[in-house]
Amino acid sequence: MTADTAAVIRAIDLAKTYRMGDVEVPALKGVSLEVLRGEMVAVMGPSGSGKSTFMNLVGCLDRPSTGTILVAGQDVSRLSRIARAKVRGRTIGFVFQGFQLLPRTSALENVELPLVYQKVSGRERKRRAVAALERVGLGDRLDHTPARLSGGQQQRVAIARALVTGPELLLADEPTGNLDSATSVEVLALFQELNDQGLTVVLVTHEPDIAARAKRIVAFKDGHLVSDERIRQDRSRPEAA
Amino acid sequence: MTIHGAGRTAFRALWRNPLRSSLAMLGIVIAVAAVVATVAIGQGAKAKMAAQMAALGTNLLIVHPGAMNLHGAVTGAGAVQTLVLSDAQAIARELTDDVLAVAPVDRSGGQVVYGHQNWATQLQGTTNAFLTVRDWPIAEGRPFTREEEKSAAKVCLIGNTVKTQLFGGEDPVGSVIRVKSMPCEVIGLLAVKGQGGWGQDQDDVVLMPWTTLMRRIVGTESDAVGMLWISAKSSDLVADAQNEIDALLRQRHHLAAGAPDDFDIRNLAEMQSAMKDQMSTLALLLGTVALISLIVGAIGIANVMLVSVTERTREIGIRMAIGATGGDVLVQFLVEAMALAAVGGAFGCGLGAGATRVIGQVAHWHVVLSPFVMVATLVVAGMAGIVAGFYPALRASRLDPIEALRYE
Ligand SMILES: Nc1ncnc2c1ncn2[C@@H]1O[C@H](COP(=O)(O)OP(=O)(O)OP(=O)(O)O)[C@@H](O)[C@H]1O
Ligand SMILES: [Mg+2]
Repeated sequence: MTADTAAVIRAIDLAKTYRMGDVEVPALKGVSLEVLRGEMVAVMGPSGSGKSTFMNLVGCLDRPSTGTILVAGQDVSRLSRIARAKVRGRTIGFVFQGFQLLPRTSALENVELPLVYQKVSGRERKRRAVAALERVGLGDRLDHTPARLSGGQQQRVAIARALVTGPELLLADEPTGNLDSATSVEVLALFQELNDQGLTVVLVTHEPDIAARAKRIVAFKDGHLVSDERIRQDRSRPEAA
Repeated sequence: MTIHGAGRTAFRALWRNPLRSSLAMLGIVIAVAAVVATVAIGQGAKAKMAAQMAALGTNLLIVHPGAMNLHGAVTGAGAVQTLVLSDAQAIARELTDDVLAVAPVDRSGGQVVYGHQNWATQLQGTTNAFLTVRDWPIAEGRPFTREEEKSAAKVCLIGNTVKTQLFGGEDPVGSVIRVKSMPCEVIGLLAVKGQGGWGQDQDDVVLMPWTTLMRRIVGTESDAVGMLWISAKSSDLVADAQNEIDALLRQRHHLAAGAPDDFDIRNLAEMQSAMKDQMSTLALLLGTVALISLIVGAIGIANVMLVSVTERTREIGIRMAIGATGGDVLVQFLVEAMALAAVGGAFGCGLGAGATRVIGQVAHWHVVLSPFVMVATLVVAGMAGIVAGFYPALRASRLDPIEALRYE
């Protein structure tokens, strides 16, 4: 642990180059960024600017080509596959645009899944999964499979799954990308609520009005970080919620 | 993930596609059933043969004319003439310390007729000593007299099957039957013996004096005999008897020292080991077939697991994204492959046991179902599952989570 444990994310000159055959595709070209505990950061930028690449590096789904990335004080840039899997399981909760729930599997079991890999016993697993589902307002949908849930409900299940391990950091790559605008507002409100409870949230979005509800907006362009602004706390609750 | 949890996950995944899982198991089911059934039938045959060999009497020695190779085939031209009736008499006369009885035995097929009934059976020319050697009592009537044996009298003893075929419920003793057109008086009925070591009906036989068979039926004046059946006084004396018979016959046949025997003496232990050799060759063959079918079954599982891994790429991505290590994924798919093999193996055991019972009853075969063999086969099937599942599981565990999540 470093002295500044207040930084949940600390990226230093982070770069990622994909190789497609002989062609090198630089997706991220040296990004330095610090995200403090309790912040809610919106990541914006045009398509192909490297947002998802950045999120995947922070989320330990991928490894940087050069540079360093610390998550909750731990340098994860050179970790082995197994060690990265452990960080994904314990420290980070990841929410995807496409929900990524196991089909034909109940909401409860979907949410229990991360705990299965942490060898949490059956009873405790269920207790925590139920609590997480109640936290996202789905306490009455435990036995529903994804096919029997609306898009917004599916994304809530996915958020419950990200929360159930008690992560330090919640990452979301276009979490409202597959939702209509009314549902998007609801899901966003949930992120805000979780952030209000102290959870650090980083989410990618294309919608300026969604970004406007974050405490801080960073923008990517062409693999570079081009702007980083903190918004003064005039964050208003969505009236139509 | 715990082993228990992995097992549950595996069974649920397999249950989701019951048809495909069943087809994947089919190869293993058939392989295991085949192994269980063939082993049970083979063991049964072996046990029965051993029992019947033992019933022949551990004191038994059989002498064939001519040198024999290991497989019992007579070698050397004209060698069949070397054993004669007087050899039998000499052994009986001179080796009284170790030898209980000596019987010349020659056989011929032939039709027997009584009234309107006729029956094809085995005609066996021998002496009363044969009844002693085989420990075969006469159920009714009397044995041959010395005079009848010498004079080639037209008398015979019949086995129970021949009696049933010709006489039905009637008492045969004293009746005259025709053996290949020779009228012949039935002087006795042999006690029931049952099935022999090679499955033949031992009661389907007509015994007559050796001279009667050779002179009147075969029509030869030669004294050459086909075999001598000899019993030693006790099983401890078998080896001594064998050596003494060997020495006596060599002397009678004027064989120079170093010349090979022109006859072949076999004791039951040797016959048994020859039989065991044949059985183990058969077992090896069956084992090879079983192994091949297991491999085919395993390939079936490997194939289905490969398809399954490809189809479930996204599921694998999801599991990895939320903290599953490559090892967790590897174990999951290995357990699935093993569960397929184990369930298939269990079904195969059941099927094999059932088939064995049915075959045993329909074909009247003696079968031995061994739980040990079933457990061993199950274990081997399970291991085949692991081997078959390993490559697909390894592929699954090496997937890149981002790529896997993007998979459509
Ligand atoms: N696996 C890959 N192989 C090769 N190139 C890739 C790969 N992933 C991303 N890229 C490239 O890297 C660049 C950045 O991609 P990235 O997905 O990070 O963009 P993004 O900002 O998330 O875009 P969007 O808003 O459309 O999601 C793009 O040019 C993309 O084509
Ligand atoms: Mg993206």
